[in-house]
Amino acid sequence: MASDKQPEGQERIGVYVCHCGSNIAGVVDVESVARFAADDLKDRGVVLARDYTFMCSVAGQELIEQDIHEQRLTRVVVAACSPHLHEKTFRGVCERSGVNPYLSEMASIREHVAWVHADKAAATAKAKAIVSGTVERVLQNDPLEAIKVPIDAQTLVVGGGIAGIQAALEVAEAGYDVVLVEREASLGGHMAQFDKTFPTLDCAACILTPKMAAAGAHPKIHLYTWSEVEKVEGFVGSYTVTVRKKPRYVDEDICTGCGICVEKCPVLVVDDKFEAGIGYRKAIYWPFAQAVPNLPVLDPDTCTYYVGGKGGAGGGCKACEKFCPTVPNSIKFDQTEERVTLRVGNIILATGWDLFDARRIPQYGYGRLANVFTNLELERMCNAAGPTGGRVVLRDGQNAPKRVGIVHCVGSRDRHYNRHCSAICCMQSLKLAHLVKERTGAEVYNFYIDIRTPGKEYDEFYQRVLDDGVHFVRGKVAEITDVPFDPAEAGREVEGTLYVQVEDTLAGLQRRIPVDMVVLSAGLEPRRDSAAVGKTFGIACSTSGWFIEKHAKMDPIATMTEGVFIAGCAAGPKDIPASVSQGSAAAARVLNYIRQGELALEPVRASVLEAQCSGCRICNGLCPFNAISFVAERQVSEINAALCQGCGTCVAACPAGAIQGTGFSDAQLFAQIEGLLRDVQREPEAA
Amino acid sequence: MSKPQFAMYWAAACGGCEIAVLNTDEKVLDLDAHFDVAFWPAAMDAKYKDVEALADGSLLVTLFNGSIRTDENEHMARLLRRKSQILVAFGSCANEGCIPGLANLSPREQIFARAFESPSTDNPDHLRPQAVSQVPEGTLTLPPLQAVVRTLDQVVAVDYHVPGCPPESHQIAAILDLLIRVVKGEAELPPRGAVLGAGDSTVCDECARKRDVKAIHRLARIQDLPPLATDLCLLEQGLVCAGPATRSGCRSRCPAVGAPCIGCYGAAPGVVDQGARLLTAIASVVDEKEPEAIDRVLDGLVDPAGSFYRFSLAHSLLRANRQALAEQE
Repeated sequence: MASDKQPEGQERIGVYVCHCGSNIAGVVDVESVARFAADDLKDRGVVLARDYTFMCSVAGQELIEQDIHEQRLTRVVVAACSPHLHEKTFRGVCERSGVNPYLSEMASIREHVAWVHADKAAATAKAKAIVSGTVERVLQNDPLEAIKVPIDAQTLVVGGGIAGIQAALEVAEAGYDVVLVEREASLGGHMAQFDKTFPTLDCAACILTPKMAAAGAHPKIHLYTWSEVEKVEGFVGSYTVTVRKKPRYVDEDICTGCGICVEKCPVLVVDDKFEAGIGYRKAIYWPFAQAVPNLPVLDPDTCTYYVGGKGGAGGGCKACEKFCPTVPNSIKFDQTEERVTLRVGNIILATGWDLFDARRIPQYGYGRLANVFTNLELERMCNAAGPTGGRVVLRDGQNAPKRVGIVHCVGSRDRHYNRHCSAICCMQSLKLAHLVKERTGAEVYNFYIDIRTPGKEYDEFYQRVLDDGVHFVRGKVAEITDVPFDPAEAGREVEGTLYVQVEDTLAGLQRRIPVDMVVLSAGLEPRRDSAAVGKTFGIACSTSGWFIEKHAKMDPIATMTEGVFIAGCAAGPKDIPASVSQGSAAAARVLNYIRQGELALEPVRASVLEAQCSGCRICNGLCPFNAISFVAERQVSEINAALCQGCGTCVAACPAGAIQGTGFSDAQLFAQIEGLLRDVQREPEAA
Repeated sequence: MSKPQFAMYWAAACGGCEIAVLNTDEKVLDLDAHFDVAFWPAAMDAKYKDVEALADGSLLVTLFNGSIRTDENEHMARLLRRKSQILVAFGSCANEGCIPGLANLSPREQIFARAFESPSTDNPDHLRPQAVSQVPEGTLTLPPLQAVVRTLDQVVAVDYHVPGCPPESHQIAAILDLLIRVVKGEAELPPRGAVLGAGDSTVCDECARKRDVKAIHRLARIQDLPPLATDLCLLEQGLVCAGPATRSGCRSRCPAVGAPCIGCYGAAPGVVDQGARLLTAIASVVDEKEPEAIDRVLDGLVDPAGSFYRFSLAHSLLRANRQALAEQE
């Protein structure tokens, strides 16, 4: 067993116990821990142990540096906070002082001890055990060298919403190539659907379309719309990405975007994407007027050429082809999907969000009661270029509502649907209240749980809407119905009136408010396919489906996979300023890597001892970073060191012990356990 | 010129290891030709006093099979250690406890209760075996059962390890050949502590079945599964096969005939705990997300301890029931 080993060679270990102000010292007797290390662990190679107020301070770091030089320390243990916080700090101290940085270890006596215990004696004993375990572990550490990889300067941005556009422009403006992949036929994302933006009421299109156009025209931005990333191979610095271009049935190189095909197409269908189901488009159409690129797309599900069998049943009208003025013709009925392989060094995921499907709350009646709308439908109605030309009307398309109820938090902050706050719905609902009031003069009721207006000038906007005379009812709407409560109510109201049943928690009474129109402020949800997308790019989703940041506070742009960054709502609901900021921030991170030219990766990696690998393939499906491949010729599994992030999943799973994790070897872990259990009475040794 | 002396001894074991040595057929005659068989109770008559009479270190090599279950086993282990230059832990029992080691799941009294007060046993006075009993004819003694089963290397220092339950005869023949060549000065023994008669990978390495990425949706015993494909990995078909976690060397005999590997060749090289390895490996490839679905898969594991630690419990990190370990001390 490891504990029976003598300290290898003449190792000289320094142990530093941090007070962290009173964070640790308030619960743990730090002097006693330091004395324990100095006295009881002397035979394990500890030559000195100190306690100090803040080890991470400059003075604390200098203390270690000085000891390394004067006391000729060969290994360092810092008993302080979690390695997540300061491992880099103390590795840096070692590196500056000529000790391999991986010969240092942190013992977490803050998160694992001081913050979770109240009993001082027990906490101190536990801190000693953890220090003892860490000393045993550090004795088993091997000096490691960082892995250097070159960085390809081309960057992939996935998602052409505002966050992705911003990121792409920033990188391109710096002079580097960007591949911008967008699933839909145009850039723009959700922001393109909005009428105005809060709190300034700028026209969304007015501020978005210049960016879209800039991205579309930028010589460094290579645009792939109507395309999806299918496969990602490789690792930071050199990813190989396969993009699947869906057929547009329009030749991108020939089409001039004149629009005659759209004009001549006789098929009119409901546009349930951009117009949110309240407007129409043709079978060949532009996603919207300012689409970038300015190319139509043909929908084979509704085009007469394809309906009823390709070219069959009379061969379709082919009006688009007949009237297309380009030579050769831009309409390509036989276009098939195409795959493009690209090399990129970094990836920015700005894949955005999906709107909560309000049909999931049956008591709100969306999809059943004609005059219950979603916020997105109202956005399109308010838009001057929208299906109603900017008029807010009931489902009949004629009459303006006189009373409108806006329900906040639909599908958000609700344990039945999503627990999270969608962050933007309060402001969005206030904006819509203002727009409805402005356009119809209707009485507007906002039903809210809490009003959350923390952004710049947001609360001022709330005050403005209050001044507009919008009514605010604090309470979660129980039901929206068109059935009158009793004949008296029926007598008071016209048929088709909607009744909003709500407990007004400020007035302390149940209210039943008759309105003509209800708008459901549906929340933001992760993309339905976020788990699959995460798997493609080797990053993780939380259980709710948002992508997980490397650190929620300190590193919200990075992910656990080097070279894959996230921006915008892909990691959680955000407003436009935050999404734009994140797009810029992600670009800054990527530019940093590109400028460095090569990147030093953590050497904590798994590797396969080929002689011991029997090719059982247990590890093959486990790697969250797709770093493991099976080499059929040699019948062994192989780990790509640059792709591996050192998570250890495969190391734990390998039944043959053929996968070793540097920094987490069996020898290190068993030694650490032995050290932890130092005080536990062991059986007498066998003779 | 006198021949070097050879011994083989059988402690807590089934006897299969002895049979396996005899199964090497005429190789046994080579053994006899080059060694003086000083002590081998299963093959020829001998008394303990004959061993005791030998000078220390006079046995060149002793193959010790069986685990240490009784005081007598321990006495013989220490005696043979003293008398032998090379002590070989031979077979699974001596190396890792094997089937007798599974008794470590229970404290001694539970084992006695099971053995001497089973529903079919008439034992109104709750009698238990006694170390010393007085009978009219005189005093009878029995070696007392120790609280836990131990492996040979948990009792005395061991020079070489030969895994298997039992070791395969072709491997034994090769070991005997090696010993003979060493005696003749034609070969050298590997460094002390080495494993002899086994491969350095796992059973999968020798298994001809086709393997794919693992995604387990069902685990069951062989009798509860539909007829299995003859050319596909058994684990992928829902059988707990210990092959991925078991040292190679048996030519994958069990999977070759459609039975899952049960792990008798012990842990792969460098692995500390075979059962834990197999357990984490299988748990890692259960391809279900919902807790209920995961439970459903795991319900197919009717005997986890027996499935994962069938041979290795006594030498694992777990070793034994805590009460039994406390009694042992």
